[in-house]
Amino acid sequence: MVGQPFLRIENVTKRFGRFTAVDRISLDIAEGEFLTIVGPSGSGKSTLIRLLVGIDEVTEGTISLNGARIDEMPADKRPTCMVFQSLALFPHMTVGQNIEFPLKVRKLAPEARRARALELLALLRLPADYYGKRISQCSGGERQRVALARALAFDPQIIVFDEPLSALDYRLRKTLEKELKDLHGRTRKTFIYITHSLEEAMVMSDRIAIMRAGRFEQIATAEEIYSRPVSRFVASFMGEVNLFALGSGADGAPRWQDSGITAAPGALSLVPGWNGTAMVRPELIHFVDGGKGGAEFTLSGRLAAEYALGSRVQYAITTDAGTEVTVERPFEARLEAPVGSPVRLGWDRGSVHLIAEGAGDGAA
Amino acid sequence: MERLERRMGLLAALPIGLLLMVSFIMPMVVIAGFAIMPQKVFELAHMPDFSSFAVIWEQGYYKSLLRSLGLAFLTTAILFVVCWPLAYGMAKVFGRFTLVITVLVVLLLFVSENIRLFGWNLTLMKGGLIEGHLRAWTGLSFETPLYTWPAIVFGMCYVYFPFMLFPLAQGIALVPDDARLAAMDMGAGPWRILFEIEMPLAAPGIVVGCLLTFVLSAGAVAEAKLLGGRSVVVLTDDVESAFTYAQNWPLGSALSLMLIVIVALIALVPISRIDLDAIMGRRK
Repeated sequence: MVGQPFLRIENVTKRFGRFTAVDRISLDIAEGEFLTIVGPSGSGKSTLIRLLVGIDEVTEGTISLNGARIDEMPADKRPTCMVFQSLALFPHMTVGQNIEFPLKVRKLAPEARRARALELLALLRLPADYYGKRISQCSGGERQRVALARALAFDPQIIVFDEPLSALDYRLRKTLEKELKDLHGRTRKTFIYITHSLEEAMVMSDRIAIMRAGRFEQIATAEEIYSRPVSRFVASFMGEVNLFALGSGADGAPRWQDSGITAAPGALSLVPGWNGTAMVRPELIHFVDGGKGGAEFTLSGRLAAEYALGSRVQYAITTDAGTEVTVERPFEARLEAPVGSPVRLGWDRGSVHLIAEGAGDGAA
Repeated sequence: MERLERRMGLLAALPIGLLLMVSFIMPMVVIAGFAIMPQKVFELAHMPDFSSFAVIWEQGYYKSLLRSLGLAFLTTAILFVVCWPLAYGMAKVFGRFTLVITVLVVLLLFVSENIRLFGWNLTLMKGGLIEGHLRAWTGLSFETPLYTWPAIVFGMCYVYFPFMLFPLAQGIALVPDDARLAAMDMGAGPWRILFEIEMPLAAPGIVVGCLLTFVLSAGAVAEAKLLGGRSVVVLTDDVESAFTYAQNWPLGSALSLMLIVIVALIALVPISRIDLDAIMGRRK
């Protein structure tokens, strides 16, 4: 395996007329990896996986599996299988017939097909009597499992998921995310998953690729992306993060443009002429009492709103400079103050992640 | 609440129900009544007997029934094969061009069926549009294809084309693209996708199209007359003769009744097995 990755996507471009959906993308994926591609709608993530399974053809570039090119192979010959957003279960067949479909294509004997289907039902924790059920009798979560069982029955080298959980309610989605990760652990198949939810990606994946306008913005582990996003785009994708415009003068002293932040002397030094963004995550900001217990960076404002999130409480703060800042505290460390009261926020250098201007554009 | 709704529904269905009773069911009842009257009577006030059915058997009228059903079956089969690709294109491929095809096919229906069939007659007859020109220009000649059973099948295919095309297109539109792609992704070839995915999922459209074509062809009169020229006697010819030349209403009624019952039986089986709501766009 040395020097030859399992799946290699090299300089792949897909154009629809004059629109470039996927723009010179390269990516290596290891065997047994769980990679999630995250991006907003229109970022090209769906197009990319359709190229991968062969529903669409690449305009330029190559895709190879174990060193052999697969990008010119028709979809029905590729060792890939896609779990569709709609699941694409066959409504006129029973659960069993759905799971057996790829085996039937492969001309397996009926008894062997049935045995394998029952095995897969068990693997996906569906009762054996589901074998004869109609798809319309299954709930959303059960259909999900049937679609997975069918994909596993095909036994592809790579299973590709096109946001199959997006239509489910929150709690079921959370359960299935964990089940999927667990299933990945048990089957050791290569999973490529696409979603627009970074949160979903973080729960499941070994690596996450953030996609924007047909390019990868960042490819890294969940931890890396969470703590060190390479661009404002990736940072904002995480939802409620605080982004402050930051620059430096000729002496390298930070200038917090109009945000009203007060920094302790020497808390942060930048290269002269630096321009970019400082990211501070909501849970790394705390409330500073007047006088005691200082912080390297402080900011004052008023409590605008308070949202209980269960284990945490989220606060919306309107700063004196008029900007909005989000703060999250554990339930035990919540602020007991009425809305409208003045607050002081504080954080330290270690909580600040710097993103240089223009970073991420065409990176990775 | 539910009971009120049901009662309202019943009330709303009353006018059309009555109309159908008078205009549709009543004639059928009359036909059924005449079918069991003695030969050549003109009232229903006779002792019922089954002489008409005996005549049908003895004089071999069942042969024209079989011929009718056979030709209708053949027409349905040919139309299904011919219309499927076009309907597929209309539902999945052509996009806006579908409207053009729809308009063209519907325009055809604006001209009376008899006139259109006469047109074919003039085109295909000996000394007609094709053979006449050929003979005038080259001196070659050929026998007219008219007055044979293939001519009748051709005429029925031509006339009932829209009745197969549109339901099929509706049915194919019900097939989700993802289902086809998923089957392909799992290694299924085009024939397997056609037979195991597309046709079963388009079944409501297929059933409606085939039934319309079959029922209409089995009861068709004009095609056999204009293109078959009485050389091929179908059941509808027999019915017409019995009612007119022969003045034997009971025999005509018995023949009609037989056709109605057989076609209804053939139609009931598939209708009971498909979800008509699906094709009407009222998916559960």
